[in-house]
Amino acid sequence: MSTTAHGESAPVADRGPRPAPSPAAKKIGGVLGWFDDRTGLAKPVRYLMHKVFPDHWSFMLGEVAMYSMVVALLTGVFLTLWFIPSAGHVEYTGSYIGLNGIHMSEAYKSTLDISFDVKGGLLIRQIHHWSANFFIAAVGLHACRIFFTGAFRKPREINWVIGTILLLLACIEGFAGYSLPDDLLSGTGIRVMEGFVQSAPIIGSYLAYFIFDGAFPGEAIIPRLYIAHVLLVPAILVGLVAAHLVLVVVTKHTQYPGPGRTNENVVGFPVMPVYAAKAGGFFFIVFGIIALTSALVTINPVWMYGPYDPSLVTADSQPDWYMGFADGALRLLPGWLEFSALGYTLSLNLALGSIVLLPVAFGLMGAYPFLEAWVTGDKREHHLLDRPRNTPTRTAIGMAAITCYLVMFLAAGNDLMAIKMGLSINDITRVLQVLFFLGPIIAFIVTKRICLSLQRQDRELALHGRESGRIVATPDGRFYEAHEPIDKYTMWNLVDYDAPKPLELTSGEDARGVKSPTAKSEKRRAAWSRFYFSDRIPPVTPGEVAAAHHDGHGHEAIEGGHREAVGSGSHSAGH
Amino acid sequence: MKALAARRRHPAALIALLVVGLITVGGLFAVLSPMQRAQAGAPQVSAQDVEAGKKLFLANCATCHGANGQGTKTGPSLAGVGAASVDFQVGTGRMPLAAPGVQAQRTEPVYFNQTQIDQMAAYVTSLGPGPGIPDEKYASGQGGNIARGGEIFRVNCAMCHNFAGSGGALTRGKYAPPLKDIEGKHIYEAMVTGPQSMPVFNETNLDPEAKRDVIAYLHFLDKNENPGGHALGNFGPVGDGFFFWLIAIPVMLGAAVWLGKKAA
Ligand code: HEC
Ligand code: HEC
Ligand code: HEM
Repeated sequence: MSTTAHGESAPVADRGPRPAPSPAAKKIGGVLGWFDDRTGLAKPVRYLMHKVFPDHWSFMLGEVAMYSMVVALLTGVFLTLWFIPSAGHVEYTGSYIGLNGIHMSEAYKSTLDISFDVKGGLLIRQIHHWSANFFIAAVGLHACRIFFTGAFRKPREINWVIGTILLLLACIEGFAGYSLPDDLLSGTGIRVMEGFVQSAPIIGSYLAYFIFDGAFPGEAIIPRLYIAHVLLVPAILVGLVAAHLVLVVVTKHTQYPGPGRTNENVVGFPVMPVYAAKAGGFFFIVFGIIALTSALVTINPVWMYGPYDPSLVTADSQPDWYMGFADGALRLLPGWLEFSALGYTLSLNLALGSIVLLPVAFGLMGAYPFLEAWVTGDKREHHLLDRPRNTPTRTAIGMAAITCYLVMFLAAGNDLMAIKMGLSINDITRVLQVLFFLGPIIAFIVTKRICLSLQRQDRELALHGRESGRIVATPDGRFYEAHEPIDKYTMWNLVDYDAPKPLELTSGEDARGVKSPTAKSEKRRAAWSRFYFSDRIPPVTPGEVAAAHHDGHGHEAIEGGHREAVGSGSHSAGH
Repeated sequence: MKALAARRRHPAALIALLVVGLITVGGLFAVLSPMQRAQAGAPQVSAQDVEAGKKLFLANCATCHGANGQGTKTGPSLAGVGAASVDFQVGTGRMPLAAPGVQAQRTEPVYFNQTQIDQMAAYVTSLGPGPGIPDEKYASGQGGNIARGGEIFRVNCAMCHNFAGSGGALTRGKYAPPLKDIEGKHIYEAMVTGPQSMPVFNETNLDPEAKRDVIAYLHFLDKNENPGGHALGNFGPVGDGFFFWLIAIPVMLGAAVWLGKKAA
């Protein structure tokens, strides 16, 4: 369809060279030309300006992530002006009477000062913390969008891996920030982190001593976390985000299937001026929502928690939600998983929920594109997205993983659930322990069934059109509901997808009966392929549509076993 | 004077001296000891009060606690629990217990007026001495050191009642209730009697001044408007997380969908 630009604001397809800049642009060109002569940037910039972005709300999740990161960076710089990353002892004399005369660390005192004695400080603190939350949530939701639409497939696997690292780093950055104010909760969080480190077999306690420069808590951890939080991790984050964006430009954007949208083009709006205006506006919307939230709702009321004291703990000691799954895993793991032998203690009850869980979860996530590509054997490039229903097994795997995550996430709040729902915390934990294993399986089966029936429904729609609600009486006295044909655009969405068949298992022997060296791995691969693809609803072919439309009585045969019998007369669409 | 001097040597004099000495020391102790200090303002009880209390008790409490408060299968013995315990349990509506459950709960409205509660307290005290009604001077929390109270609260109470007194879960469906807007007297009594899973904080653990400071802190939290906006119930990060995912994120997604629909 449309592969050329229709004036300024019509969607365009991004294919190859661009028209030369307009005369108006040449006027400003004097200054820009000066820069161009010295940097040679004009060409890449022009390329960027004309880059085409397709339109869909789910493509904006990444933008939410980026904008909230920018907000966090800006407000973070503001906080550094007053925050003192030191465990040095002082007495509080600031304006919050609830802590007047209490002894505390300088870090905690300076956080209180930011909250109560620096003009606008509390708002900036809250913006910083809420934007951090939005950042991490948006990264996670963005990753879900990529996963469920298959945008991670070739050639975008590298960006998926970068994204996975970004998600992990974002959580670490948030955790480091949460630990800085040295209030009762952040200290408790650090203590848990120390436990994680110590649970590493054999080297654990040495590692913990190394990190804390001696015994917990010591004086070193706050300055160290500070450097990680304001310098090290942000630098890597920004670098990776930059690489991520460059790759988005290089590989071009994916798009949902639709008329005129092919694997070879991108249909959308050029960056200048349409998309830039929209994105600029969206930045302010994101910033606005963050600022509004921060102005209305408290986050991390450090003055309530009081200064950290290793001997204390409060009810409702939880990490921020993005670390909740790890905390929940700890709450689910039974205590009998701790063993000791030969003077060493192996705390599987801790290790499984931390130093095993984190690498395994993020490792599987990062490896997924490669695992799926191995199963499908698909080496093609993909620029058209999948509708989640059209890849039932992948969608089901995603939902199973999310269920697993949710169970751990909810377990982190088991105490509050107990209170709010009037249940016993022991029962809740037991149920969640069972759900940790059963939940993903149920989610997998249910999701897959739902996807398959949605696909069947699509098939139905493509073949017979929309139910019009009009009942027609035939001369011979029969009644049927008239079906209306669907328009081409909708049709496109319904039929334009791949439904691979499972790989056929070869005999594993060549013509002379010699066993192939890869026979075993081929067999495994075929099994996985069956797991992925044996339940499939093939897309409607043009032939089938034609048959359904012109030979009203023939279609039942075409559909074969794919659907249950349809009441006679229901096939009269389009006559 | 001579006569007195002569009697000084009388054998009974020694005993008399001992008695006087003991009474003085005992009296002094009674005046100075923290427990007595805290109860200095306690209402005077008369024999009629005890009698009236006994009637009320037989009518309302004896089914569970026994006709003489000796305890039954459905209620513990009340000998020695003290007036403070009765005032707390009945004054917060926990007693008379409506139905057996995991834990007696604060209920509104309270069944008895203060006079009747005092009468039952007097009767229960007559079964055996225990902690009395606290002195208003400490129980009101007035003049207490708020910041010190906060520190004591975080050391002794926050692990069950949460850092802001929002309440917390204990094992098997038991819970430490929220401590919002609770009369100073009842806070004090809870500390000295330790209802159910709550430990007793006697006068050596927390002296009356410390208790007063805790009460002052809790009352400060009641009055204190949260400077950062809505406090989300002060449940810590889980509360924040629920708000975030149920309200803030949908708003953000709504904005994205809205803008995404507005194809330029
Ligand atoms: C339905 C049975 C029941 C009734 C009626 C009842 N109680 Fe209780 N009471 C209990 C039980 C059970 C406990 C212990 C567990 C608890 O506190 O939940 C208790 C505990 C108490 C305690 C605390 C004892 C301690 O160890 O400190 C006091 C005081 C008390 N009751 C007073 C009364 C008074 C006064 C009444 C009458 C107004 C009354 N109760 C009526 C069942 C009852
Ligand atoms: C081991 C956990 C625990 C600790 C520690 C604890 N409490 Fe409690 N507290 C409880 C429980 C459980 C109850 C509920 C008792 C009941 O309902 O009979 C309670 C009840 C109370 C009540 C009555 C609330 C009401 O709704 O009437 C007050 C007041 C109170 N506690 C104050 C304190 C103070 C002050 C401290 C610290 C000095 C403290 N508690 C320490 C567990 C605890
Ligand atoms: C985008 C990544 C970032 C995330 C996710 C993040 C997250 C956090 C969080 C959750 C806190 C705790 C805040 C609180 O409630 O008190 C925090 C504190 C802090 N952050 Fe960040 N932050 C980020 C970037 C930065 C940057 C780039 C800087 C500085 C250049 C910075 C400086 C600080 C400082 C100084 C504090 C401590 C002050 C305080 O706690 O009030 N942050 N951060």
